[in-house]
Amino acid sequence: MSEHAASSSEITFAHAPAEGTGRIWKVFWLLSAVTVIELVLGFGLAKHWYGDPATSHAMILFVKGVICILSLAKAFYIVSVFMHLGDEIRNMIMTIVVPLCLFLWFIGAFLWDGDSWKNLRNTNAGSRPAQTEQHHQPAVDKDAKK
Amino acid sequence: MSTTAMPTNTKWWNGGRSPFNASYGKVMMWYFLMSDAFTFGAFLISYGTIRFSVNSWADPNQVFNAFPGFGHQNLPLAFVSLMTFILIFSSVTMVLAVHEGHKMNRKGVEKYMILTILGGLAFLGCQAWEWTHLLTGEHIAMLGDGSLSVVPTTVKMNPWGTHVAADAVAAALQSTPHDKLVEIASTLQHGGAAHDLTAKSAGELITAIQASPELHVTHTGPIAFGGYFFGITGFHGFHVFSGVVINVVMWAKTRLGHFDERGHYEMIEKAGLYWHFVDLVWVFVFLCFYLI
Repeated sequence: MSEHAASSSEITFAHAPAEGTGRIWKVFWLLSAVTVIELVLGFGLAKHWYGDPATSHAMILFVKGVICILSLAKAFYIVSVFMHLGDEIRNMIMTIVVPLCLFLWFIGAFLWDGDSWKNLRNTNAGSRPAQTEQHHQPAVDKDAKK
Repeated sequence: MSTTAMPTNTKWWNGGRSPFNASYGKVMMWYFLMSDAFTFGAFLISYGTIRFSVNSWADPNQVFNAFPGFGHQNLPLAFVSLMTFILIFSSVTMVLAVHEGHKMNRKGVEKYMILTILGGLAFLGCQAWEWTHLLTGEHIAMLGDGSLSVVPTTVKMNPWGTHVAADAVAAALQSTPHDKLVEIASTLQHGGAAHDLTAKSAGELITAIQASPELHVTHTGPIAFGGYFFGITGFHGFHVFSGVVINVVMWAKTRLGHFDERGHYEMIEKAGLYWHFVDLVWVFVFLCFYLI
């Protein structure tokens, strides 16, 4: 138990195995709790906010942003604890995390581009004012009456 | 660098010391996962770009609202929550298998590998049900030519567009051929007595269709929805499937005592890295397709 067998003679360091499974279960409950919060927020988007004209577009975007941040938190715990990346030495962590920073540009640039396409299409490349077709779909229960 | 004194017999990973004090296999698994993250990331960003470029997109709470055994009840997010918790739990059993491996406890590793494999199979079963449900779904949609039809969700058809108002539906019914009217009327009755409907005239069918309280007609939505959904969840499902295969191999090798002979259970750790990555990707697939 105390002696973690190294897989080869090249390796002189092994992160000490955890004494118990407490940390694993703690992260499990944390991931579950975050997922439940995400589901509540997602369900709120469905039942009360979509199709309700009183809900501002900014409010929906804010809730979606919160859900995105919660997902990033889940990703951090999975990588750091379940995949034990947090226990590796710093240089190895950096060779994996630094290239992933490309995503910052990748996501920003492409979503910006998608939004630009939409505006060009709606305004016929700027030659007429935007048609506000930004309608959310009404919820199912409202439609059933029609 | 060339002037740096370095023993000529130093061969990284092959007699000297590992650069990151980790085994070659583990480091390379991390780099493979990093490249796989870029593949998944590119798919999801492409999906996001297309979604940002159109005025309306399918509302996930309408598309994914079914649960096996609950018929036509509207249960948004319920089934996908089950799938998410299955995957989180199988991630926990995997990390427990790695933990038992550190303790050189063969029986413990076997037990948790079996539980992880069962979790993976349960997830694949759920995904098979969900795909079948979408591919065989029956939705009344207004096609591009202005007629109505009963269509499923496929890579070529997206019935999840915006709602069609009642007067537009009435006009569209007039230009809908008789066989499609029979299909629509049959769908509204949940498939009952289709042969009786064929005998009815178009006018009778239209009256019956418009009288149905369940009549809900949508425009077709952006065609890319099905391609992205089935493409990305399919690519993820393929990763789950290959993860299950890898885990079965690891379980068999554990059972045969191969890792006890080697003196360490590092292969379980490497399989575990892959399995956790599958869970990690699901966090983002869940986010992009179901939550927002």
